[in-house]
Amino acid sequence: MTEHHKDYLGDKFGMWLFLFTEILLFGGLFLLYSVYLHRYPAEFHQAGLELSRVFGTANTIVLITSSFTVAMAISALQQGRRVLCQGLLASTIVLAGVFMVNKYFEWSAKIGHGIYPGSPELVDGPGGTNIFFGLYYVMTGAHGLHVVIGAALLGFCMLRIGQGRVTADDFGLLENGGLYWHLVDLVWIFLFPLFYLIS
Amino acid sequence: MPSPGETVPFLDPYPGRSGILSWIFSTDHKRIGMLYLWSILTMFAVGVVIGVLMRLELIAPGRTIMGAQTYNAMFTLHGVVMIFLFVIPGIPAAFGNILLPLQIGAEDVSFPRLNIFSWWLYLTGAALAVTSLFTGGGPPDTGWTFYVPFSERTTTNVSLAVVAVFILGFSSILTGLNFITTIHRLRAPKMSWGKLPLFVWSLYATAWIQLLATPVLGITVALVFIERLLGIGLFDPARGGDPLLYQHLFWIYSHPAVYIMIVPAMGVVSDIIPAFARKSIFGYKAIAVSSLAIAFAGSLVWAHHMFTSGMSDTAVMVFSFLTFVVAIPSAIKVFNWVATLYKGSIYLEPPLLFSLGFIFLFSAGGLTGLVLGSAGTDIHVHDTYFVVAHFHYVIFGGTGFGLFAAMHFWFPKIFGRMYDRKLANASWYLLIGGFNMLYFPMFIIGLMGMPRRYYDYLPMYQTGHMVSTVGSWVLVAGLVTMFWGLSKCFHGPRTVGRNPWGAATLEWTLPSPPPHLTFLDPPDEVPSPYSYEGVKRDD
Repeated sequence: MTEHHKDYLGDKFGMWLFLFTEILLFGGLFLLYSVYLHRYPAEFHQAGLELSRVFGTANTIVLITSSFTVAMAISALQQGRRVLCQGLLASTIVLAGVFMVNKYFEWSAKIGHGIYPGSPELVDGPGGTNIFFGLYYVMTGAHGLHVVIGAALLGFCMLRIGQGRVTADDFGLLENGGLYWHLVDLVWIFLFPLFYLIS
Repeated sequence: MPSPGETVPFLDPYPGRSGILSWIFSTDHKRIGMLYLWSILTMFAVGVVIGVLMRLELIAPGRTIMGAQTYNAMFTLHGVVMIFLFVIPGIPAAFGNILLPLQIGAEDVSFPRLNIFSWWLYLTGAALAVTSLFTGGGPPDTGWTFYVPFSERTTTNVSLAVVAVFILGFSSILTGLNFITTIHRLRAPKMSWGKLPLFVWSLYATAWIQLLATPVLGITVALVFIERLLGIGLFDPARGGDPLLYQHLFWIYSHPAVYIMIVPAMGVVSDIIPAFARKSIFGYKAIAVSSLAIAFAGSLVWAHHMFTSGMSDTAVMVFSFLTFVVAIPSAIKVFNWVATLYKGSIYLEPPLLFSLGFIFLFSAGGLTGLVLGSAGTDIHVHDTYFVVAHFHYVIFGGTGFGLFAAMHFWFPKIFGRMYDRKLANASWYLLIGGFNMLYFPMFIIGLMGMPRRYYDYLPMYQTGHMVSTVGSWVLVAGLVTMFWGLSKCFHGPRTVGRNPWGAATLEWTLPSPPPHLTFLDPPDEVPSPYSYEGVKRDD
């Protein structure tokens, strides 16, 4: 009908509003965490010792690096270096994959030790420990889901760049994808100390 | 030479595009608003039928037309359908979508494709909610609040219902996000914040609540789903959890949600009253700011739903105080509306009648809310019919009558045809009479101690229940009369001019119905929204 008016600031504004909603979604879980930490400090301390700091730290480094590559990808596109941008996006997605594989091994190890939601060991054990691991699975699970969604979004950006629909002059989609990815990173920055460094 | 899009009414097919697909995949805010309008009215009809059946069951003690389990499913459904599928999307998604861009002189909302996507999410949520009735272990029987631990243990189909609520919440968030961005970015250059119609201000305040409160509901119902699936025990005392935390999370959304329901209706009334008093609104800034104040203060009062739940006395005192604070901006609005009418040159038409009905019923609902908000009296009337009466006075008497007022005010603009004013007036008397007959006895039997959500009752409550049930029939007669009168808007030649009421906001400068494409170029002049000097009626 009429030509489409791009509102670059409006698009970014909308993305920031969406990020608020994501923060509030996780906010509900952080609220539960803080109340239960207050109620069961000793059990949370004990249970935190069972999580692998090596895995946690590795995943933190992986995610922070991926935030860095995505930021560089945006700069690269703005400078018109399309191939470099796509390479950086690809490495971001690979890092997301590494994160998820790490997570898989970490969860499998826990499940192998009989620590999973509703497992007899947790249900019959102390309440605080059950809550700690319950929150661990729900919160890192919700975060993992966001990692997958974020990686898919960045993959979509790569596709659009390949089609020439997202360019050096019109990079709003990639920038918003990057913002989303930073949010995924940010949530992890809070999850990491709350679960792995709490002891 | 204007293009066909600028002349063909948006209800008629755009040249070369017709059929159902041009509606259900439309990105035009006006058409999406119409999709929402028909969807919410359908859901309203479903909710009304369930409500009338419940009233019929309660006409006499003991079993009348249904068993106890069916009754439990009925009040759950009545709540879920009315709240999540009718009232919350009601005014903002239907009238807000149609009018927001027109009132600020914008071509459309900021994200038109997101807009139609949100309607599809709504439709998906509605379909899942309906599916949950006929599949799994039978219709949910938890009440619309899905309180744990019962919602985690019941064998009925709660899992599917909470997924539906999650999706509906997502739809609501996207509408809110769209409106905030639109109001910030797409106002006509001369449309300053001080010239925004008050309906837009109310949509703005509502959109912030939708955006900031709904995610908490999302995670809360998601946790109910996860608990049913995995049995972690986050809210189960036997496993270290605390059911009170569920109530906190639920009300952190669901109390602000009642302001999602009522604030847009307040905006409708703020637009209608000055137009029919032929007088600029009294206290424009106070009304605009009080919408934001309600949105803010309303987010801090959630635990007044939990005075009897066993939380600390300090928390009870704090939340009781905050509840009284939130009454102030609501009262500011009521005083300003009344002051606008004072010495106005009033002409009484159906939209004003319904607005006056709103003020009366909302005031009754608001004042009885203070009885519930003060901890001492709440202990006495908590979970009785007093609460049911209060809630329906605010939400049906408020939002419902606000929606009826909006329909009578804007339908001539949307359809280009006038409804039957005699029927509209007659329906108003039936509705007001039936409404009070239906809900006022509930205050009395509530004070006498009749608990809510009970299928059976002692003989001492029978008179109240019987009057109430008869009232529900009068109310339904009123609704039928009203929609009969409104149905005149759907057929016949389009004879209504641009401005049948002589109102001054921008949508009245457009033809009735507006064409497909509006405000391709922003309007040069943006008048004050409530200045009627030189505004001519054109009917």
